[in-house]
Amino acid sequence: MNSIQVENLKKTYGKLEAVKSVSFEVDEGEIFGFLGPNGAGKTTTINVLCTLLNPTGGSASVNGYDVVKQRNEVRRSIGLVFQESTLDEYLTAEQNLLFHSYAYGVSKDIREQRMKDLLDLVDLWDRRKGKTRTYSGGMKRRLEIVRGLIHHPRVLFLDEPTLGLDPQTRRYIWDYVKDIRAKENLTIFLTTHYMDEAEHCDRIAVIDNGNIVAIDTPEKLKDNVGGDLVMLRASDNEAATKELVEDWSLQPETQDGLVKFSVPKGEEFLPEFVRKFRGELLSINVRRPTLDDVFLSLTGRDIRDEEVDESAQLKQSLKYRHR
Amino acid sequence: MVEFYRGIWVVAYRELLRFVQERSRMISSFAFPLMFLVVFGAGFNRIVGTMTEGVDFIKFMYPGILSMTVVMSSMFSGMSIVWDREFGFLKEILVAPISRTGIVIGKALGGSATAMAQGIILLILAPFLGISLTFWLVIKYLLLVLLLSLSLSGVGIFVATRMRSQQGFQMVMQLLIFPLIFLSGVFFPVDNVSPWLQVIAKVNPLTYGVDAVRQVFLEKDLVLLASGTIDDAGLGVTIFGHRMGVLEDALIIGVLGFVFLSAAVWSFSRQE
Repeated sequence: MNSIQVENLKKTYGKLEAVKSVSFEVDEGEIFGFLGPNGAGKTTTINVLCTLLNPTGGSASVNGYDVVKQRNEVRRSIGLVFQESTLDEYLTAEQNLLFHSYAYGVSKDIREQRMKDLLDLVDLWDRRKGKTRTYSGGMKRRLEIVRGLIHHPRVLFLDEPTLGLDPQTRRYIWDYVKDIRAKENLTIFLTTHYMDEAEHCDRIAVIDNGNIVAIDTPEKLKDNVGGDLVMLRASDNEAATKELVEDWSLQPETQDGLVKFSVPKGEEFLPEFVRKFRGELLSINVRRPTLDDVFLSLTGRDIRDEEVDESAQLKQSLKYRHR
Repeated sequence: MVEFYRGIWVVAYRELLRFVQERSRMISSFAFPLMFLVVFGAGFNRIVGTMTEGVDFIKFMYPGILSMTVVMSSMFSGMSIVWDREFGFLKEILVAPISRTGIVIGKALGGSATAMAQGIILLILAPFLGISLTFWLVIKYLLLVLLLSLSLSGVGIFVATRMRSQQGFQMVMQLLIFPLIFLSGVFFPVDNVSPWLQVIAKVNPLTYGVDAVRQVFLEKDLVLLASGTIDDAGLGVTIFGHRMGVLEDALIIGVLGFVFLSAAVWSFSRQE
């Protein structure tokens, strides 16, 4: 059975189409990532799946329960970690977890052991009596992951789980998440706009402007870019470009003084090319495509260029909602 | 149904936990009405003198101040919703498998419990004002406080579901609370003022809350009045020639409370 099933899901705010028509499935036990720039519709999709928003069209089910008709069943069977902290900062870590257990009706004998196990797992057991407002960003996120797991959910939703955390903490969070997944056979659905984070996923859906433009494993997505990326600098870039087009029938692009193109097998291409190249080479290198390149080739834009734009657009869309 | 009851108790539990932890709130909730009593009491007592036999101005005002405290405390209890929204915790509540109606009732009950705690603390002042507390008086008083605070929490929660910022909420609340309180008979006998003011006061639902609490506290004095031997100085509330009793007052508050709470549930459930 699929953990999550989404068909032609739509969500509009007035005239703004946050999610246009999205379909996908997530298998049980999978780490599934939604990758895209801010404002692409990732959080909106998560909010529909966790019953916080009603979809405008299409259907979605989580653990076999319909997100509109069986809200409470969906809520009971999922755990959530939101983008921004949703802890009660005036309560201690333990009180926060206790509140959660009460709200989800976790019985006392399960609760105590569960709290101990999970807090131990993320190294917070010793700090359980501390007020959460004294916690660092990474500790808060860990506590929220624990809280999302107390009631034994079968799917864990993570909305930008490492947003605003430093690289080291981000790596720890991922270690914890993978640890937990291995122990609990959990399905994990996450959104991110960090490429390196998307690498941890079993499968990725690349989302842009409310549409899914590709779904596959990170490796296959990279293969689809068209092999390896070669970047070279010649004393005369224009002549080099001309030669690449005419002699090698490639489609090079010039960017920041570098000539870029992709070839199926970079390691084999390189020696031959260097031997036969007529101009003067200043530098050349070849690398596997990253998810950045995947995003670029799928949407024609760099994900990072979008960030300023998209956050401005997001604010615009928020204004829409309040009107 | 499980989701409904669990919602009530979880939300009410947290509300209380927060109240106990914020000691400053408890102290200020006591200081504010005390200030009113001392300042207004000392200022007007001599001028106003005895209003009717055995009832001076402070004794008249005291039940009004009690109601005022309860009203303010319960109306501001909606604040925690705005607060939770701003700090994100509201989402944790909204995605839990508990019913929206349960959440609203829980908030209202939590608000009432804190209002009742404040109402009880203020009873300490009664002996100093020459009011002797009996068991039944306190029971009746607490029941009225519960009813009044549940009703007005409904108003607070309704407004809170529409507000995105604490400042906005406070502004709207002040705009509501001050006219409600000053035109409700906390500070003057409603039956004994200019006709235009009487009309406004008698439309104000709070008037009936204040009247009910006052009747409970001044029961002994009012029994005397009923015998018709002395002038009652307009201490009660008369509508179309009918003098309102405690139960009738309570009925009005109860019906309005049902309306307010239903509006709050409706408004809270439809938000996304």
